[in-house]
Amino acid sequence: MDILISGLLLGGTYVLIAMGLNLQYGVARIMNLANGEMIVLGALASFWVFTTASVSPIFTVVLIFPVALLGNWLVYRYLLIPLVRRAKNQGQLEVDSILATFGMSFILVGIVVSINGEYFTYSFLASPFEVLGSTVALNRLVAFVFAVVIALVLYLWLNRSRAGMAVRAVSVNSASARLVGINVEKVSALAFAIGGAVTAVAGVLISTFITLDASVGVMFTMKALIIVIMGGVGDIRGAIIAALILGLVETAVATLIDPGLTLAAAYLIFLLVLLFRPQGLFGKPQT
Amino acid sequence: MNAASVKNLSIAIVCIVLAALIPFVFNGYWLSIALTAMMYIALSTSWALFSGPTHYISLASGAFFGIGGYLVATGMSDYNLSFWLMMAIAAVVATVLAALIGMATLRLSGVYFVIFTLGLAEMIRNLVSWVQNNFLGSRGLYVLTDFTEAHIYWMLLTVSVIVFALGWVISQSRLGFAMRIIGNDETVARHVGINTAKAKVLLFMTTGFFAAIVGAIIAPRYSYIEPNLVFSPELSFLVVIMALLGGMHRLWGPLLGVIPFTLIWEAISIWLPNFTTLFLGLTFLIIVYFLPNGVVGLLEKLRARVAT
Repeated sequence: MDILISGLLLGGTYVLIAMGLNLQYGVARIMNLANGEMIVLGALASFWVFTTASVSPIFTVVLIFPVALLGNWLVYRYLLIPLVRRAKNQGQLEVDSILATFGMSFILVGIVVSINGEYFTYSFLASPFEVLGSTVALNRLVAFVFAVVIALVLYLWLNRSRAGMAVRAVSVNSASARLVGINVEKVSALAFAIGGAVTAVAGVLISTFITLDASVGVMFTMKALIIVIMGGVGDIRGAIIAALILGLVETAVATLIDPGLTLAAAYLIFLLVLLFRPQGLFGKPQT
Repeated sequence: MNAASVKNLSIAIVCIVLAALIPFVFNGYWLSIALTAMMYIALSTSWALFSGPTHYISLASGAFFGIGGYLVATGMSDYNLSFWLMMAIAAVVATVLAALIGMATLRLSGVYFVIFTLGLAEMIRNLVSWVQNNFLGSRGLYVLTDFTEAHIYWMLLTVSVIVFALGWVISQSRLGFAMRIIGNDETVARHVGINTAKAKVLLFMTTGFFAAIVGAIIAPRYSYIEPNLVFSPELSFLVVIMALLGGMHRLWGPLLGVIPFTLIWEAISIWLPNFTTLFLGLTFLIIVYFLPNGVVGLLEKLRARVAT
C-alpha cells in the first residue's frame, strides 16, 4: 500500500515532466533534450526566491509560468525555426534538433553551475500527512494535486478549445494542417512554449521534495523521454498513464530491491516498450 | 592501384610514421595530451563509421568504453587474469551488447536509438555498482602493468590504424555501398533489397568493439579503477562532438575535429575549469548552426571557392 501511494505520487510528478515534452515533441517535432535543464531552472528559481525573499513555491509557480513561456517561445522562434526551415526531411530535423538541444542543455548546465553549483536545499511543507493509512510528505501531495490540475487544464484546452484543436491538428499532420489554414509555425511555437512552461512549473514543484543540483537534468530528460515514448508521442492521456506506471515501478524497485536500480528499471520498461509496442500504449501502428 | 590511391596511401604511411615517432620526441605532459588525442581519434573515427552514413547519434561510447576498462580491471584485480585475455573478453562482451541494443532499437526510428544510448552508460554504471556493492564487496580495482604511457600510445595508434583500414575496406565493400544508400534514403535502400537493419547493427557492433578495446587499453593508465571513473557519460558526448566538428563524410574527418578540440579542451580544463560544460554546449551550437559538415566541409567549400 505504501508503495502504491508513493508510487502514484511520484508518477504524478512524472506526469508534469512528461507533458511538457510531449507537447514539444508531439506538436513542434522538437526532441527537446534540454527538457531536464528546464526542470533544473524552475527548481533553481524556486530555491532562489524562497531563500532570498521567502516566497512560497506555490507563488513561484504563478511567477515562473509566463517567464518560461516567453523564454521557450524565444528559443523556438530564434534558434529552432531556422532548423525547421533548413531541414529537408523529418530525419534531418531530428538530428539537428537533438544536437542543438544538447548544446542548449550543456549551456544551461554551465550557467546554472556558475550561479549555484551546490544542491538547492530548502524545506517547504515537509510535514507528514496521512493518506489512506500511509504517511506521505505534504509537499509531495501538493505537487501531485498540482499535476492533476495542470493535466486536466491541458487536456480540456487541447480537446475543447479552438486553439487546442489547431495544436492537435498540427500534431496529427502538419502538412495537412497548413492546408486548412493553420499557421503551423505559430502553433508549433505556442506548443513548444507551453510545453517548456509546464516543465519549468514541474521543476518548481519537484524542488519542494527532491533535492536537485545542476547536473541532474539529464536524468529527468531520460525519464520524460521514456514516458513520452511509452505513452505514445503527442498523446496526453497515454503520457499520464505511462508516467504513473513508471512512478509505481520505480518506487517498487527502490523499496523492494535497491534504490540504485531505479534507472535500470526504467530502462527495462523502455526496452519492453520498444520491443512490443514501439508506437506507445495507445498509439496506432505506423504505416 | 591508380595514381591517386598511391598518393593517398603514401600520405597515410607518412602520417602513421610521424605519429609513431611522437613518444621519442615528446614526453611527460605533451605525450599525455597526444595519448588523449589518440584515444579520441580511435573512438571518434570508429564512431563515425556507424554514425556518419546513418546519421544516428550514438551516445553509447561511454558505456562500451566503460565495459572495456571495468572488465580489464575486474579480471586483473580479482581473478589474476592477463590483460590481453580480459581485453578480448571485454571486446566480445561489448560487441554482443551492441548487437542486442542494435537489434532492439535500430529497427525503429533514429530517435529511439539516441534516447536508448543517452542513459546507457549511467544505467550500466548503476548496475555494476549495485552488483559490486551487494555481491562482490565494494573496493577499488587495481590495474597494474608494466606499460608506460608510450606503450599505451602505440597500442592506441595501432587501434586507430586498424580503424582507418577497416573504414577504407568498408567503404570499398558492398556493406559500405549499402550504408551510403541507407544514409541517402532508407526507404529506397529497403526497396532495392538491402537488409537495412542488419547493415546498421553490423556497423554499430564495430563501434562497440573498438570502444571497448580502447577502454581496455586505457585502463592501465589510470591504474585505479572504479565504476564512476570509467562509465563517464561525458566521454560519449566528447566523442560525438569531436567527430561532428571534424566532419563525418570523410574517413579522416574526425581527425581534424579531435586534434583542435583536444587542445582547446585541455586549455580550458586548466585555465577555466568551471566553463568546460558551457564550452561543450557552445561547440554543439556552433556545429549545428555554422559547421553542419564540420571542418572538412568548411575546407572543401573554401577549396571550391578558390578553384573557381
